[in-house]
Amino acid sequence: MAEIVTKTDYMPKSRGKLRSFCAAFIHKKTAVASFFFFCLLIILALIGPSIVPYNPQTPDYNHVLQGPSWLHLAGTDEYGRDVFSRLIVGTRLSLGVGISSVLLGAVAGTILGLISGYFGKWVDKTIMRICDVFFAFPDILLAIGIIAILGPGLQNVVIAVAIFNIPSFARVVRGKTLEVKEMLFIEATRSIGATKSRIIFKHVFPETFSTIIVYLTMNLGTAILAAASLSFLGLGASPSSSDWGAMLSMSRDYMGTAFHLVFFPGLIIFLTVLSLNIMGDGLRDVLDPKSKD
Amino acid sequence: MYDLLNVKGLKTAFKNNNQRVSVVNGVDFGINKGEIVGIVGESGCGKSVTSLSIMRLLHDTTGDIQDGKVTFKGENLLDLSERSMRKIRGKEIAMIFQEPMTSLNPVMKIGKQLMQGIILHLKYSKEKAKKHAIDTLKSVGIPRAEDIMNEYPHQLSGGMRQRVMIAIAMSCEPELLIADEPTTALDVTIQAQILELMKRLQSDRGTAILMITHDLGVVAEVCDRVIVMYAGRVVEEASVDELFESPRHPYTKDLIESVPKIGERKSRLYSIPGHVPNPNQMPNGCKFAPRCQHAMEICFNKEPELTSEEKRKHRCWLYQQNNVGREQNLGSK
Amino acid sequence: MAANNLLEVKNIKKYFPLSKGWFSAKGHVKAVDQVSFSIQRGETFSLVGESGCGKSTLGRLINGLIKSDDGEIIFKGKNLTGANEKAWRSYRKPMQMIFQDPYASLSPRMKIKDILDEPLKIHHPELSKETRKTMVQEILDVCGIDAYHLDKYAHEFSGGQRQRIGIARALILKPELIIADEPVSALDVSIQAQVLNLLKELQENYQLTYLFISHDLSVVEHISDKIAVMYLGNIVEISPAEDIFSRPKHPYTQALLSAVPIPNPKVKRERIMLKGEIPNAANPPKGCKFHSRCPHAMDICKTVEPQLKKVEGQMVACHLY
Repeated sequence: MAEIVTKTDYMPKSRGKLRSFCAAFIHKKTAVASFFFFCLLIILALIGPSIVPYNPQTPDYNHVLQGPSWLHLAGTDEYGRDVFSRLIVGTRLSLGVGISSVLLGAVAGTILGLISGYFGKWVDKTIMRICDVFFAFPDILLAIGIIAILGPGLQNVVIAVAIFNIPSFARVVRGKTLEVKEMLFIEATRSIGATKSRIIFKHVFPETFSTIIVYLTMNLGTAILAAASLSFLGLGASPSSSDWGAMLSMSRDYMGTAFHLVFFPGLIIFLTVLSLNIMGDGLRDVLDPKSKD
Repeated sequence: MYDLLNVKGLKTAFKNNNQRVSVVNGVDFGINKGEIVGIVGESGCGKSVTSLSIMRLLHDTTGDIQDGKVTFKGENLLDLSERSMRKIRGKEIAMIFQEPMTSLNPVMKIGKQLMQGIILHLKYSKEKAKKHAIDTLKSVGIPRAEDIMNEYPHQLSGGMRQRVMIAIAMSCEPELLIADEPTTALDVTIQAQILELMKRLQSDRGTAILMITHDLGVVAEVCDRVIVMYAGRVVEEASVDELFESPRHPYTKDLIESVPKIGERKSRLYSIPGHVPNPNQMPNGCKFAPRCQHAMEICFNKEPELTSEEKRKHRCWLYQQNNVGREQNLGSK
Repeated sequence: MAANNLLEVKNIKKYFPLSKGWFSAKGHVKAVDQVSFSIQRGETFSLVGESGCGKSTLGRLINGLIKSDDGEIIFKGKNLTGANEKAWRSYRKPMQMIFQDPYASLSPRMKIKDILDEPLKIHHPELSKETRKTMVQEILDVCGIDAYHLDKYAHEFSGGQRQRIGIARALILKPELIIADEPVSALDVSIQAQVLNLLKELQENYQLTYLFISHDLSVVEHISDKIAVMYLGNIVEISPAEDIFSRPKHPYTQALLSAVPIPNPKVKRERIMLKGEIPNAANPPKGCKFHSRCPHAMDICKTVEPQLKKVEGQMVACHLY
């Protein structure tokens, strides 16, 4: 039998994938800061309702439209509800809508992209032309159109935002699939007799995973913004709920008199989207440096 | 002392995950004018890093030179400013690389790439530079030299591109040409042409060549003197005839033995057990000891020095004068 | 043809279209043009040639990774040409491949045990997890890798070890034919010798048949029984290994042999320097494709393409004979 050569073999120290990822990510200072900010939002979304100083739904007609003070950090609204508490409680709703719609869009888009990229030919052409049609509409207009068909409501906002996320995921995953498909180890897997579905889901998909994660982070910001916009237009969350977009929408009439009503919801949307974008940039630099342009 | 280039105690390290790893560790050698010297070794032995260190081309990477002297015509290149180094690169010392496609600019015409260096270093006028460029192309055996001047690298075949690279390197008539695996990416029939060309350039113009390769056949074919490297160290140095006739270091012997040779069909090739050590986990003592058939106790504890024996040098306890090891070895038998 | 032919290839052809534009087809690269040969059970048949001669394409055609345009592939007496992808998947079980680049041919995201388990999962779904695990360990042992590496990823191994893993993956299905596409050209000399020895041992122990594709004549001489030399999509010479090195017939074979640098400075020999470069495969010379570089070219070579014919036990396609 062949000589066992392993005794003197050099063996690079086994470094976990996660560990080497963390080691590289830690150098992206702003991205790390954004990551912690996002974690904070997640924590708020989970435990927010039990730590807020005031009940976000209880009106207090003695303190209506008050500016920021130590008692009410972000002031109160036209019913005297504490804006700060409402923002914290609203995190769950706004993030939830954003995350679920992007995840939905990502799953559908990834499957389409994998199929399109791997099979090519007419399958690819059909899927990509349909995506082009969707790309031709401005995002928000498309969402409004979908809601016009499905009717308003949070659930339909999720579906609408998910639908306009599908083509962009499909296109990115298709591009990556085209690249991975040509790699030698895919050919090697074909040569042992693997089926197409095995190759696509066991071999091609894991290679596209980091691209998907990066794209997911970046699109999450846009999705939160879109959901907020739809709520602002009165097509999403009910105006009385503490959704950030709905809060903005309600405060429109008081813009001149109570600036803080517009400012704080706007600020938190801005910070969330900004942090997600920075985090996405950082992730891309680490996970998928080639796609940088 | 050699009269063109002297490398002494060269040490180059790479930074890897905040850890400094020595890739070249105390390399000494020299080149005389008009000589072809080969550096052979397997991947990871530090032969390419040695050449990049001489050219000081490691600045943009994570590697840096930690110690040593590279004296070229009496001047230590490691002390020069980047500005004066630029005057030496291309003019006094030129370099060609393994992959001729990636070392040529894909969007610049061949002629322009050639003339750049000529105008910069030789301060020729444009017309004169063009004429010189065409002459150089002809001298490296490129047919239709005038037309090639207006073509882009992708329009040429691999062998032609390597000829263009050699033309660019030779255009300023350097005294030393460093060739890093110049024929590895080429087919055998084209390799034979390029090697022939390099030998001709050396004999016509007296250019010294430092040939870096993993291929013992190429070494035997073109070199006058050979340096064998292993794990960042020079383990043996000898004239090409001596090296192949009576290799001293066990690594050199094994390396020559393990190459399949045409006309010598064997049922089993000789193979060196194990692998080249990882720079992170270098063995103590002689770096080849874990793979060596003649390893003695001392080999695992103390690294031998590079010692001279007449005109050749080797780094092995088997040949160290009045060494403890040999007695031990004989005693144990 | 003899009855113990494991593989027979008849007039196989593969042309790659040059431009995939909508309106124009600018011609074809004749990657493999009318190639025929047969491999007997237990022998090592080598394809040698320079880059672009079509040797790798030929290997992939036989394994069905690329579909041929014309010709027949007969494996174990069964004609595989024209089979669909599904049928090919089962044909590939007794016909495995080893690839050149051990870095790129193993999935970067799978552990060694999963890489080796995959062929078993595909072709032997009836086996239990434990049986498969024992088989994986056995094959690793045979290929010289310790079992404690099972949980490692491919990138944690050196080039030589990865190639051993690649060999193990090909071997685990107990194939009869192994197509080895430049299996040692990415490896260092000392490692190359280890892998070549392993391939030879495996052949003896498992009665394997090899189709060995390489550009390196010295490696080929060492391992082969029979050698086919390719030039621009054609086979120009097929000979037993001893003959091709002692008395090469085709001028291209002669030139190829004389171009190999010999690691011995004392050996000085007459070198046949070929003129020019390999012609563009999209527009090869008429007649004998080698005539533009051939030192013995005659008038007939420019017009008539020579066919393989028997000359002293060797098959040569040249007008000189």
